[in-house]
Amino acid sequence: MLKAEEDVVAVQGLRMRYGATEVLRDVTFRIQPGEVLAVLGPNGAGKTTTIEILEGFRMRSAGAVEVLGVDPAYGDEAWRARVGVVLQSWRDHSKWRVRELLAHLGGYYAPYATAAIPRPWDADELIELVGLTGQAEQKLKTLSGGQRRRLDVAIGIVGRPELLFLDEPTTGFDPVARHEFHALVRRLTDELRTTILLTTHDLDEASKLADRVLILSGGRIIASGTPAALTTQIAGASLEDAYLTLVRSSEKGQDR
Amino acid sequence: MIELRQSFTNGADLVSHFLWPTLMLVALFFLRDREFGSTGFALGLLALPSILGMNAAMGMVSMSQLLTADREDGTLLRAKATPNGMRGYLIGRVVSVALGLLADLAILLIPGLLIIDGLAIGDVGSWLTLLWVLVLGLIATLPIGAVLGSLFTSARGQGLVQLPVLGLIAISGIFYPITALPGWVQWIAQLSPIYWMGLGMRSALLPAEAVAVEIGDSWRHWETVAVLGVWAILGLLIAPVVLRRMARRESGSTVASRRERALQRVG
Repeated sequence: MLKAEEDVVAVQGLRMRYGATEVLRDVTFRIQPGEVLAVLGPNGAGKTTTIEILEGFRMRSAGAVEVLGVDPAYGDEAWRARVGVVLQSWRDHSKWRVRELLAHLGGYYAPYATAAIPRPWDADELIELVGLTGQAEQKLKTLSGGQRRRLDVAIGIVGRPELLFLDEPTTGFDPVARHEFHALVRRLTDELRTTILLTTHDLDEASKLADRVLILSGGRIIASGTPAALTTQIAGASLEDAYLTLVRSSEKGQDR
Repeated sequence: MIELRQSFTNGADLVSHFLWPTLMLVALFFLRDREFGSTGFALGLLALPSILGMNAAMGMVSMSQLLTADREDGTLLRAKATPNGMRGYLIGRVVSVALGLLADLAILLIPGLLIIDGLAIGDVGSWLTLLWVLVLGLIATLPIGAVLGSLFTSARGQGLVQLPVLGLIAISGIFYPITALPGWVQWIAQLSPIYWMGLGMRSALLPAEAVAVEIGDSWRHWETVAVLGVWAILGLLIAPVVLRRMARRESGSTVASRRERALQRVG
């Protein structure tokens, strides 16, 4: 077991309440450097809330949270530069051109370059990495859904983050776009050792990309482990079987 | 800067840049020979500088609309996810709105000068006056625009903001000398920055005799500075507080839920 300082993310007893509704009850987990953690769960399980608290976009009700050694509720600009964020859907800057926007946003990261991590990523190199070379001079509003999403990822990593948040990154992708996206994520983890926290509804995606899977239901973690371990543990034929068994039994428990 | 170029290379935006000035110019063209009362001044002559002032004051509305739109499509959230992004975003917005206004002023002023004669544009003093009125006016109105933009969360709310602003413009002596209006209306108008920006513009561009149609037969420069200054200080004090509060509340799910509401409105 690694010590807390070495974990990229450490969450202890996290709770979130909106009025009388409890969205997160006692969530505890850790993410180690270079690890890809997939958070699964039905709609309303608290996935997005969790990720938004870790991104510093939302205040929590209780519990201790550390991201890159800092409480995200008080994260400063230097901390912000080490974290990359790709949210569910973005349609901003529709009049900008691809290269223009990447170069512009990258500029914000330049003061935070270190000897080990040159920031920002060169715009052209990044455009090639996400496969948008042909669209570099196109305006954002003319991009297809998949291209737009790849650009969102490019923006998320333009500052060469040590930790990347991906909130349902492939929703609405066709199989080819999904395949290319998975290849991109693997390159990030293999070549750059980026730590990734992703939420998804796609179990196949989770078992392909994630080192470890966390299943949230009703604001609680109901299971965690490697995709293979979860599958055998629940004695299902696939991660999907395991997921269905777990979520159904947990929802029965909550009905009361 | 990039925003501005986009604005001028984009069809729909271009129409909006030119549409209003063109309508104004047409109106001016018809007003050019009509005299106001017995003063001997053409209405068109009086209206041109006022319209310039109004245009500058409208920066308030566009600032507020831009903020709302940027919240709806996630631009603001993008800025929030970037180190120092919020500061960069706000500076960029202020600069682009201000430059856009300058461009609009030029679009209006240059043909205006050709249609209307009798403007006092010969000496440096009038241009200096124009400049300080413009700068002070923008400092007074843009923060207010930012505050309005952060308080109203939807594009529909923004429509409601426009109504009172248009009302204020109507009574602010832009199209008709304010002294022709009842006294209580004059009082309301004099509380708003729009009236003072119009007055300042008139003082810059009209010949000295035109002062006769103003309240108290004076350009009241000191009062202009005072009123615009108070608005500027108020705006600059309130805007950071409101903006910070708005920025804190911004998150992925709020953007998503706003979008759903917007779609429901359309559907």
